[in-house]
Amino acid sequence: MTKQHPAWSPYDNNGGTCVAIAGADYCVIAADTRMSTGYSILTRDYSKICKLADKCVMASSGFQADVKALQKLLAARHLIYQHQHNKQMSCPGMAQLLSNTLYYKRFFPYYSFNVLGGLDNEGKGCVYTYDAVGSYERVGYSSQGSGSTLIMPFLDNQLKSPSPLLLPAQDAVTPLSEAEAVDLVKTCFASATERDIYTGDKLEIVVLNKGGIHREYMELRKD
Amino acid sequence: MKLDTSGLESTSPFFGSGDELCPELSAAPSFSLPLSTDFDEFQKDTKATLKHAKGTTTLAFIFKEGVMVAADSRASMGGYISSQSVKKIIEINPYMLGTMAGGAADCQFWHRNLGIKCRLHELANKRRISVTGASKLLANILYSYRGMGLSVGTMIAGWDETGPGLYYVDSEGGRLKGTRFSVGSGSPYAYGVLDSGYKFDMSIEEAAELARRAIYHATFRDAASGGVASVYYVGPNGWKKLSGDDVGELHYHYYPVTPSTVEQEMAEVAGA
Repeated sequence: MTKQHPAWSPYDNNGGTCVAIAGADYCVIAADTRMSTGYSILTRDYSKICKLADKCVMASSGFQADVKALQKLLAARHLIYQHQHNKQMSCPGMAQLLSNTLYYKRFFPYYSFNVLGGLDNEGKGCVYTYDAVGSYERVGYSSQGSGSTLIMPFLDNQLKSPSPLLLPAQDAVTPLSEAEAVDLVKTCFASATERDIYTGDKLEIVVLNKGGIHREYMELRKD
Repeated sequence: MKLDTSGLESTSPFFGSGDELCPELSAAPSFSLPLSTDFDEFQKDTKATLKHAKGTTTLAFIFKEGVMVAADSRASMGGYISSQSVKKIIEINPYMLGTMAGGAADCQFWHRNLGIKCRLHELANKRRISVTGASKLLANILYSYRGMGLSVGTMIAGWDETGPGLYYVDSEGGRLKGTRFSVGSGSPYAYGVLDSGYKFDMSIEEAAELARRAIYHATFRDAASGGVASVYYVGPNGWKKLSGDDVGELHYHYYPVTPSTVEQEMAEVAGA
């Protein structure tokens, strides 16, 4: 008996790309705003970025229904944390919470490729990158989504930071200034839009620093 | 291509056409065949799940001074390198280490879970858990999830009251005590270097260099291994990270480029 393949799949891929870059005292998180299914565009104006805590922002690409469910769950857990501890959750704390939340659905995963950005307890920028089932690591920069294979090599070339595993330890955060990092992100997306059909329309950039959160937009190609 | 299956055919008559009173006696031994003509596609998905290409190289061995643990740091998703800086040596507690091979999330999550269980054991029993006990805890958890698709090939290395301890535990439910292990797609290459250079009476520096070389050679030949070769030592006072070297740099360290004499030099062509 040849294996029966199911006609219906609970998953769909809505495309899109996310990037995050950590700096000495800031963090840049960016994602495009196109939401697609197959070869159709559902909307040109969908935000993939979600603020989880004062110093913690998550960008997710993949299946947006699972992303929405994940964002709601994390927001609820953060609210409980605030009630119990009378303070905001730290970014490393939220990073581990996200990892565990993803792993609890190990046998029916969230089809969500996440990148978490924020400021750690010392005020330094931090970026955490995830796979769909929760394995995570702290890095200096990362990209996820349909355009990640186009953007990652470019970021490796521009930002290649020494591995945190090297001994003697070397700092992973990029020496770029905030304005340079934002410019780099815009360049990444402009290029990715050229070669990835699922990336485009508009770019949403969120910058986190000690002054708070700042959001800006940039137009991308709509074709 | 039409396969010649004549060797598999039974010489006995089919069911019912033989002597009904004792059908077992008349049947000659033969292989039972799946009810399909396309044998290559049969249960392909099931067979694929059994073959885990754990793209990594990790190794650990016991020697006179304690346990040496080493690993590469590459994570691959099919042909794409998703990370070159994955921590594959997980610090369960200050005197026990676990290595990661297989599914990154599975290893990270269950090692963290093991660390919690070890800490609870300490609080409940007022003494540290043994390496035997810790590896058994993990093996039992993985056995209960057997067949559900977890992919974990780990080594638990530590120092307890009985001295150095090393166990290999995997997601099939296997648990082996041993003195020398290497896990992952690069393990054959690592074993080659490790087994030929191993002596029980090595100093810590010699053992670290052996471990580092074994990982380097595995990353050289195995496409799924690379990044940074980390080496940890576990002694009576707990674990200590000895080195973390980029394998690209290790290559030129072991095989430096000797400038060769130039035979012919290309002359600069004046602007045409």
